[in-house]
Amino acid sequence: MAGRKLFKGNEAVAEAAIRAGCRFFFGYPITPQNEIPEYMSRRLPEVGGTFVQAESEVAAINMVYGAAGAGARVMTSSSSPGISLKQEGISYLAGAQLPCLIVNMVRGGPGLGGIAPAQSDYFQATKGGGHGDYRLIVYAPASVQEMVDLTLGAYDVAERYRIPVMILGDGVLGQMMEPVSFPEGSEPENAPQRPEPEWATRGARGGRAPRIVSSIYLKPEELYKHNLRLQEQFKRAEAAETRYEEVRTDDAEVLLVAYGTTSRVCRSAVEKLRTAGVRAGLFRPITVSPFPYKALGERARQVKAVLTVEMSLGQMVDDVRIAVAGAAPVDFLGTTGGVVPKAADIVERAAALARHGAADQATREGIS
Amino acid sequence: MKQVYAVPKSLRPVPTHYCPGCTHGIIHKLVADAIDELGLRDRAVGVASVGCSVFSYDYFDCDFQQAAHGRAPAVATGIRRAVPDAIVFTYQGDGDLASIGTAEIVHAAMRSENITVIFVNNAIYGMTGGQMAPTTLVGQKTTTSPRGRQPALAGQPLRIAEMLATIPGATYVARVSTTSPAHIARAGRAIKKAFQVQAAGEGFSLVECLSTCPTNWGMSPVDAMAWVEKNMIPYYPLGEFRTPEMPETPERGQANG
Ligand SMILES: Cc1ncc(C[n+]2csc(CCOP(=O)(O)OP(=O)(O)O)c2C)c(N)n1
Ligand code: SF4
Repeated sequence: MAGRKLFKGNEAVAEAAIRAGCRFFFGYPITPQNEIPEYMSRRLPEVGGTFVQAESEVAAINMVYGAAGAGARVMTSSSSPGISLKQEGISYLAGAQLPCLIVNMVRGGPGLGGIAPAQSDYFQATKGGGHGDYRLIVYAPASVQEMVDLTLGAYDVAERYRIPVMILGDGVLGQMMEPVSFPEGSEPENAPQRPEPEWATRGARGGRAPRIVSSIYLKPEELYKHNLRLQEQFKRAEAAETRYEEVRTDDAEVLLVAYGTTSRVCRSAVEKLRTAGVRAGLFRPITVSPFPYKALGERARQVKAVLTVEMSLGQMVDDVRIAVAGAAPVDFLGTTGGVVPKAADIVERAAALARHGAADQATREGIS
Repeated sequence: MKQVYAVPKSLRPVPTHYCPGCTHGIIHKLVADAIDELGLRDRAVGVASVGCSVFSYDYFDCDFQQAAHGRAPAVATGIRRAVPDAIVFTYQGDGDLASIGTAEIVHAAMRSENITVIFVNNAIYGMTGGQMAPTTLVGQKTTTSPRGRQPALAGQPLRIAEMLATIPGATYVARVSTTSPAHIARAGRAIKKAFQVQAAGEGFSLVECLSTCPTNWGMSPVDAMAWVEKNMIPYYPLGEFRTPEMPETPERGQANG
């Protein structure tokens, strides 16, 4: 590892993308991710890349489609309202199986909402925000360094499965500064030359047969087959790429489940609970799609209660319930509108669950 | 014996799904002829739009991408930037380009994106069964203007070529018709010129082709041709609205280097 340098999250993810081979960026300004396009507009020309400020998020994501279809490593970034606009294009990218990188620095909604950090885009990130039967691979980093590490590998993963990859951050992760190290040898000039993918449309040169990048299958049986193919690819990714972290879960009786910024608050809540004699642990999904259902389900079997914490009024908690499958009661603590949950509130709720919550919770969850 | 007609190499020798008498087929041939004559086939990447021409990639024998409705110029921008020496063209209907895709076409022209746009104006939405388009003429009956297009409700038809010609980045803008041998010959020359402009790196080019939709106009192919000449050409005058030679066409092109 080279030396550590202070980086703002937004700039770090941009630099990491470039080191991962990204040479094309198409985006449209929106707070709180403006440092990404700004950094790209400065940095990409230095490494022979191209930055285009598109006329809208709709145009930006379709430029991504064109460049990705030509076999380029390409990226766009936005925040919630802009990601909503990109969803049609994301659906087309998924349908045409085009690898690319999409960053969402989530802010509060619905509507114009606010510009403070939120986790209220979990549904649209993980459940296919656009139309059709598809899934993205979605990473939810909890630190600037982790965002860098995940971004460095994002294109390899996207290309292996031909599924777009999304980095699901939030305003905190985008704006905060943390020391970051990039792996030795990851400088952009060392980026390996990627061979032209066998599906890329760059002109049928040297007499090769023409290629088509498309997501249209008008015959029901053909679309059926195509969608099964997409699902197969996602299942392969699920088997090999699902990531999570566990903190002090070995003997935990109360299990906190949280991702991204919220997991940082939960991590300190776990320490406080342990000091107070409550055996608390944290389960942190790193891929929220594919979701670590199996690992969480197994862990839930040993605990008295599960507490899901989110900066939303309850989105990931649906997946937690699926994973836990009744093995333990699942409680929820959420904040919305750009308010970050307080460690003290989490500690209080978790301690109550450890004392006698399980019985209350069983009724609340309708488990008798 | 001199050969005066041949199927262009850039078109596959397959039957198309277009209705009898539809002029999409003629326009396909003119585009393929231009690509052949300029020797661009192995560098060409087409972008199909959403409309009756959605399957044009089955007919053109070159690389193709299929774009979302209206977004072909954005998709073409992505290809253009990723493959600097490719010849990139879009093929778009009037619902696609003049309605849902207005932002993308205006900004592709603004950036003088070095692409060629084939814009097929048949004054109607063909694929979805004959609804009103922004280009539908005043008084023209469609399935969503059953009493004829009324300006009080739907405004006046959009003249795309004239509108885009006001954009400094538009290097070549022409309107042609496909309704007679003489018109078709002129249309072929305009399409070829548009590709030449791109091949020379001179920036954005667009050819608006007045086209027929006998099926949704409820006319025979011959009557449809006559209808274009009698009703469309007076509202949509033919000619070149911008050429690289015109003094008001400013320098451009580094965006596409
Ligand atoms: C987002 C979206 N909205 C609507 C449609 C439905 N649609 C398909 S083709 C079309 C209009 C095509 O008309 P035009 O561009 O004039 O081409 P033509 O069929 O006349 O050649 C529409 C509205 C769609 N596919 N996608
Ligand atoms: S519906 Fe109209 S535009 Fe479409 S193929 Fe038939 S005649 Fe041509």
